[in-house]
This record gives sequence, structure tokens and C-alpha cells, in this order.
Amino acid sequence: MGLGVAVLWMSLIVLIPLAAVVGKAFGEGWSGFWDAISAREARTALTLTALLALGVALVNAVMGTVVAWVLARDRFRGKWLLELVIDIPFALPTIVAGLVMLTLYGKNSPVGIHLVGTRIGLFVALMFVTLPFTVRTVQPVLLDLDRDVEQAAASLGASPLTTFRRIILPPIVPAVVSGSALSFARALGEYGSLVLISSNIPYKTQIASSIIYGKLQDAQDPVNAVRAASAIAVVLLVASLVVLVVLDVVQRVVARRA
Amino acid sequence: MPKPTRPREEFQTPAVGVVGSRTTRTALRAVALLYVGILVLVPVLLVVWRTFKPGLGSFFDAITDPLAVHAFRLTGEVAGISVVLDTVFGIGVALLLVRYRFPGKRLLSAFIDLPVSVSPIVVGLALVLVYGSSGWFGGTLDRAGLQVINATPSLVIATVFVSLPLVVRAVVPVLEQAGNEQEQAAASLGARAWTQLWRITLPTIREAVTYGVVLSLARCLGEYGAVLVVSGNIEGRTETATLRIDNLYEADLQTDAAYAITFVLVLVAVVAILVAAYVRRRQEASSAA
Repeated sequence: MGLGVAVLWMSLIVLIPLAAVVGKAFGEGWSGFWDAISAREARTALTLTALLALGVALVNAVMGTVVAWVLARDRFRGKWLLELVIDIPFALPTIVAGLVMLTLYGKNSPVGIHLVGTRIGLFVALMFVTLPFTVRTVQPVLLDLDRDVEQAAASLGASPLTTFRRIILPPIVPAVVSGSALSFARALGEYGSLVLISSNIPYKTQIASSIIYGKLQDAQDPVNAVRAASAIAVVLLVASLVVLVVLDVVQRVVARRA
Repeated sequence: MPKPTRPREEFQTPAVGVVGSRTTRTALRAVALLYVGILVLVPVLLVVWRTFKPGLGSFFDAITDPLAVHAFRLTGEVAGISVVLDTVFGIGVALLLVRYRFPGKRLLSAFIDLPVSVSPIVVGLALVLVYGSSGWFGGTLDRAGLQVINATPSLVIATVFVSLPLVVRAVVPVLEQAGNEQEQAAASLGARAWTQLWRITLPTIREAVTYGVVLSLARCLGEYGAVLVVSGNIEGRTETATLRIDNLYEADLQTDAAYAITFVLVLVAVVAILVAAYVRRRQEASSAA
């Protein structure tokens, strides 16, 4: 019975609504779907969103690992503050994150950096909201690593770089991949933290979620607009599903190895 | 009893290894601190400064404005209901995933995570397509006299959608680690299912549930995109705190008032992190014992 209730609940809240989006997107068949996502506006926004997400994932793979390393291995005064600050982007409402970004990079920027309406602005905001993902997936793995092996490697004459590459990197790679995949997924769907800084300039800073929202506000031709919005939404949904599958595969590989 | 002296943990400052080089370590530390500081700490502190620049009086005026009070109350109500639903559902699903085998289990597990990676705007769109007046269930709901979209129920559904996995993911690992020997022992002594749940299972996962609840609460209080689409964004009716920030900033150009509400939400977020960290530490302590 519990299973029935859980499945019904999931269906009402998640599955049926998402199925409705897919149904709407293909309401006019494949050609309708294809026309909607290949329109120049949609194509540009989807490409921009994907490239931003990819960039965010790559930078997080490096910077997230560095921060996780410092949290796991280094000791210094005030480290608790670093721990606290890392989680802030995760707990902040997205629109608040957007306003936070605007305070530093907006038109009244105290440091004179103006990023409103630029792609760099979008990228910085995305780095802000995705900061905790890689850090928090890599940190526990680093804490669990057996340091004797590192010391053994070093005492046998391995250079720090070799020790890192051959001893430390292999076990943390799955965590780095998971964290980056999570950042990627989050960046694909992010809206609230970007809406203020993006200015929603078509072909320049308009991201996929903004286009969907814009189409939902379209009063002239709501039927077609909602269908086009659903088509773009399906592309984002498929991308999220792919990321989930990748995460699942990574976790299974890790489980098999352990 | 004399306190045992802590053994010197020599590996904390290894003489050899990657972090052996002092310069490497200092460099990494500097990079991490600068990165996190510039990316997060500086802008957040700037928001605090910006909030109180117009003075304490205007801050209090802004957060006691009737529309702001309404927005806070609505946000609290929606988050409260959503968190209760999330908790009941979360514990139930976690028990299902850990204790039972059934066809489609991996699928259920995968779908639970889906809401985290779906764009909030897409969530809103999906709910409008189903519960809106021209949606799949719209006609039936209309006839029943229930307005979902552009009214409070839609806020709850949207908020539950986006926060669905948080309690589940907090509870599952603890349940897995605990096993069910204690429940079996209780059952063999004649305890009923409810007694087992109430006296054994729930106390075991108490900290994990609390942790999940804190995360959900933070998420529910702060939802923006999905709520923006389904609520209709009606001032004084379906305007939540996050929507009010945007409306004040973009539409009304009342920047100071927008910052005042923002500050309240930042404060709530920081408190949530501190509580979550505290709960997590207790959880680790109890699982280590």
C-alpha cells in the first residue's frame, strides 16, 4: 500500500505534469517540435545555456577540487568560516543570489565591474550557485583516503605531482565527475539567479529558461507559444535525464570497485 | 579520571607527500580562500551593508509594510505545509527504497532525483499544463470549485516538487547503515508495525530527518522560478517573499525595500546552514558512538 501511495504522489506531482510537457511539445508531431527548437531564438539560447553549463562544470571540476582539498587536508584558523560560506549559495533563494551578484557587479558596483547584460555575468552567477556541488562531493572522499599510500609513494621518490596523479586522483575522479555533473545540470536549468543580471537580451544573454518563461507570457498566440515553450523544456528535461543516468553509472562503477 | 592526552597525529602535518611542501599548501589555501571570498563572501557582506545603508528605520519600515508581511506569512505557510508533506513522503519513500524489493525500484530512485535537476521554469510550465484552467485536470478542478493555478495550492505543489528528494536523500543512507535487526527483534517480541516504526525506526533516523527537514525548509522558503510561473504573481495574494523581492526591484524600483526582504532571507539561509551543520555533527557523533 505504501508503494501505491508513493507512486500516486510522485505521479500527481512529478510524472503526470512532466508527461504533459512532453505531450504538449509533440502536439503537432515531430516537425512541430523540430521547428520550435530550431528557431533561431531557441537555438541560440539552448547553445548558450549548454556552453555555460559545460564551462561551469569544467571550472568547478578544478576549483571545487582545490577547495575540497583545502577543507579536507589543511588546518588553519577560521576554517569554520570557509565551511559556512561554502554552503551559502546552496541555502540562498535563487533570486536573492541574483540580487547578491547584482550588488557587486551591477550598475552601482562599488568596484566598478559591470557585468549586467553580459555572458560573463551569467557565468559568474552560475559559478556562485554551483560552488557547493563539487566541493561537497569531493571533500568526503578526500577525508576517507588512506594517507599511508601517499607517504609511501613519496618516500619511494615520487614527486608531488606524480603522487597526486597516480595516488590521489584516481579514487577522487568519480566524485569530481559527479559533482561536475550536478553543477552542469543545475546550470542548465538555472533561472532565478540569472534573471536580474542577464537583462534577457535576445541572442546575447537570453538563456533557455528565460525563453520558456517569455513564451508563457505571450498573450498574442498563447497556444503556439506554450507548445514552443514545451518543446524547449523537453530538450532541458532530456539533458537532465542524461545527467542522472551518467550519475547512476558513475555510482555503480564506484560501488563495483569498492 | 584524567583526560587522555591526544596522541600526536603526525599525519596531520605530513613531512612528505603532496602537501609536504609548505609553499604548495600555502598556495592552495590562498587560492581557495580568495576564490570563495571573492565569489561568495564579499558579495554577501556587500548585501548586508547595502541593506542597512539607508538606516535601521527604513529597514524596519520595509519589512513591516503590510504587503511584505503578507508575503512573509504566505511564504511561511506554503513552506510549512510543503515541509510536512515532504517529511511524511520522504520517510515513506526512504523506507520503501531501503527495506523493500519491488519491480521498478531503480526507476523510482532515479525519478526521485529528477526534480533537483529540472529547471524551475519547466516545473512551473508542467504544473500549469496539468492543473491550469485549460490543463488536463483543469476542467474537473474548476467544476469542483477548486482553483489551483494562480492560488495557494499551486504554490504548495510547486514547492513540494522542487524539494521532493531532500528528505529522502538524507534518510536513505542512515537507514541503510542501521539495518533492520532491531525491528526484527521487536517484531519477534510482539511489537506491531506502528510500534516498531514509532519506537525504533523513527528514533534511529531522527537526526537524518531533522537534517533533511532543515534543507527542505531552506529550499521551500526560497523557491522562485516555479512559484513565479504558477502563482500568477498577484500582489497581496500569491506574492511570496522571493517574488516580492523581484517585483520591488524590477517593477517598483524600490531597491531599499527589496534589499530589506533579501537580508531577511539571507539571515534565514545562514541560520539554516548553522542548524544543518549542528545536526550533522550530532548525527556523526551518534553514529560513531
